Amino acid sequence: MLKYIGKRLLYMVLTLWVIVTVTFFLMRAAPGSPFSGEKELPPAIQANLEAYYGLDKSLFMQYVDYLISVVKWDFGPSLKYKGQSVNDLISEGFPVSFALGMEAIFLALALGVLLGAVAALRHNKWQDYTAMIIAVLGISVPSFIMASGLQYVLAIKWSVLPVARWESFAHTILPALALASTPMAFIARLTRSSMLEVIGNDYIKTAKSKGLNSTEITVRHTIRNAMMPVVSYMGPLISAILTGSFVIEKIFGIPGLGMHFVTSITNRDYSVIMGVTVFFSVLLLVSILLVDIAYSLIDPRIKLADKKGE
Amino acid sequence: MKKKLLLFSILLVFSVILAACGGDDDSGEEGTSDNSGDNGESTSDNGGESSAEQVFKANIASEPFSLNPSLANDATSSAVLLQTFEGLTRIGPEGEPQEAMASEIETSDDLKKYTFTIREDAKWSNGDPVTAQDFEYAWKWALDPNNNSQYAYQLYYVKNAEAANTGEGNLEDVGVTAVDEQTLEVELENPTPYFLELTAFYTYFPVNSKIAKENEEWYADAGENYVSNGPFKMTEWSHNDSITLEPNEEYWDKDAVKLDRIEFAMINDFNTELNSFKQGEFDWAGSPFGSLPTEAIPSLKEDGSLNVEPIAGTYWYKFHTEKEPFNNVNIRKAFAYAIDRQGIVENITKAGQVPAMAAVPPTMFSDNEEGYFDAVNIEKAKEHLQKGIEELGYDSVEDMPAVTLSYNTSESHAKIAQAIQDMWKENLGVEVELSNAEWAVYIDQLHQGDYQIGRMGWLGDFNDPINFLELYKEKGGNNDTRWHSEEFASLLEESQTETDSEKRTEMLKEAEGILMDEMPIAPIYFYTNAWVQDENLKDVVMSGLGDVQLKWAHFE
Repeated sequence: MLKYIGKRLLYMVLTLWVIVTVTFFLMRAAPGSPFSGEKELPPAIQANLEAYYGLDKSLFMQYVDYLISVVKWDFGPSLKYKGQSVNDLISEGFPVSFALGMEAIFLALALGVLLGAVAALRHNKWQDYTAMIIAVLGISVPSFIMASGLQYVLAIKWSVLPVARWESFAHTILPALALASTPMAFIARLTRSSMLEVIGNDYIKTAKSKGLNSTEITVRHTIRNAMMPVVSYMGPLISAILTGSFVIEKIFGIPGLGMHFVTSITNRDYSVIMGVTVFFSVLLLVSILLVDIAYSLIDPRIKLADKKGE
Repeated sequence: MKKKLLLFSILLVFSVILAACGGDDDSGEEGTSDNSGDNGESTSDNGGESSAEQVFKANIASEPFSLNPSLANDATSSAVLLQTFEGLTRIGPEGEPQEAMASEIETSDDLKKYTFTIREDAKWSNGDPVTAQDFEYAWKWALDPNNNSQYAYQLYYVKNAEAANTGEGNLEDVGVTAVDEQTLEVELENPTPYFLELTAFYTYFPVNSKIAKENEEWYADAGENYVSNGPFKMTEWSHNDSITLEPNEEYWDKDAVKLDRIEFAMINDFNTELNSFKQGEFDWAGSPFGSLPTEAIPSLKEDGSLNVEPIAGTYWYKFHTEKEPFNNVNIRKAFAYAIDRQGIVENITKAGQVPAMAAVPPTMFSDNEEGYFDAVNIEKAKEHLQKGIEELGYDSVEDMPAVTLSYNTSESHAKIAQAIQDMWKENLGVEVELSNAEWAVYIDQLHQGDYQIGRMGWLGDFNDPINFLELYKEKGGNNDTRWHSEEFASLLEESQTETDSEKRTEMLKEAEGILMDEMPIAPIYFYTNAWVQDENLKDVVMSGLGDVQLKWAHFE
């Protein structure tokens, strides 16, 4: 196991290097400059600015400098926001995005598993159809439409929740719901289909014939075994939530990190683009590893170390 | 074994759930207290009777570039700095510059030397006196090329400022001198009749030199180092989220200030901004702090809540005058005359914009509402097209090189471009292709001349026509059209040394006439500020440039 984790960590570093390299060169290949405006800057100032941010060096030297700064975990000053460092932006924005993401994942898991379980246990009854209609709606309505819809109904028509901003728990409900809607629907469908599969298995029949009560069968045997696909979906889910929060953060005026992920590109804010990309990559790589480990713990049939032998 | 695994997996699931709950609870607790306060305020704002509640709330959409006046170069920073800082002059409620930090202003006969006396009771928000040295320091700091101020060129009217900024001259030679604590002498390159407008602009604001010398990063956050000399001071700056201003008790004219607090939020979504306004969470939605969604404007107009004010800005199309076919003046005229401007402002932009048949906005030249040509004149356009085709030696319209209209990616620019594409096809029989690129790429293409017709707009920096005309004085810089006219340039040169304001206006009008006759640009419309506001909010001063001062604002 430890050996496996060590190997995975090594791969992670390699992946990260590839991401940094590709992002760096793609970013610099894009036309436009962080300092371009309608009024062209006097050449002296332009040159000074470039020297200040190290943009006057050769591209390769900048790349080397950048790799060093990634290792040191110091991404330098933002080119767009004067006096703020990329590390500041990340440490201010990430906790907000993290809280939003966690709330959304929690909602998606809780509601999704519940809906899916209900649908499977009441297969082909009205509960099943209702749950699946909700799921189809959740998957097909994009989160930004869901966000505007929720805002319109709950905040404007009924005035029960605030329209926007990030101040209290009440402010977090709408954005978290909007962000959770698609993964929730997906989880509901996953849970339903895998539960239906599990219910038909011999060991469930055995459990029934042993006289176990149905709640116990459902909780201990059916749901647990049906969770496998859901757990493996957690990796992509985390990445979807983290990178998908941009639209939601914009609509609800939330000062999170998702916003920098996108606006830094239009601003050509090189240091922020790189810093946020590296940060998100590390986060994703780690969460995928954790999901894989959790997977092996839940399902004893999967032995991580065995993969080596293949 | 299996049981242990089950236990573990349940624990894992629970710990994830608990962690999520924990996170929520944290953010919940943190914010609940602010929220209850907030709710209280917004309800009382809605009620409107609370004469005591003097809290102004608005959305400034994004994080300001910098709240150091010497570094700021954008409208968002300006919206905040105009409340927190004060220059030698301030644009008063009537739109004329009035004495602010300066209590007396003496001008030499040739208009090239100004002597400002700083008022005795002028103080920084920490109690330090505002001195002439603070002005000298701030201006020279901005001009110092090492400080990378992107708006330093605003100071080029001061003698030797340009040389110092480009590294050719010396900072010591810049024509700004603090004779003593109270007296500031400024020498200019040319007599600049609008110089007192400029001293109200943020690049000309002072900086507390004592603090700035000790702490280079004084402007990065709110706190004891962030001191300002205007009606308000910044008490809180939560980056990318909000800015809070409170009255500056040290301000010399503090009795005029009636608001107890200003809260700026940074929501980069204009639908949300308007929705929050409707819920009473903002007292203002729209320009210049934020913006209104175009789709909402008709309904706001209908219910009578929309306010529209013309501002000094022109939306225009630039022609690349060195590339065929737009190297021919008749072709340029044909394209310009065939645009139905009234149709565009009525059906597309909808926020009360004024069709532009001139370069300089009517807020500066009032007779420019009429302009130099008709809002649309298809016959004349066809005549010019025919003439142009003959001059360039083409057989027919089809023989002309393909024409592409470029704009930076945005829904409103796209709609206008499509409408104009259609007008050119209908009125001139010319097929035009559209091409859009994201702003940073687009601006590069324009500067490099990689375009034929390009969209651009200009919002005045200060209230003088020269600000619009000098864009086309020389090739390069802002003049992506590559058009040059000796006569035009020399008229602008002469106007700089003309001390009689009427004669100067005549010269500038004549220059504008040349520009509109040669037509390197086709003006489309003049910008407006469109907004909705709390009905009880009074005495917000909006200048002709469209910026807003809250110094005198209050709720009734």
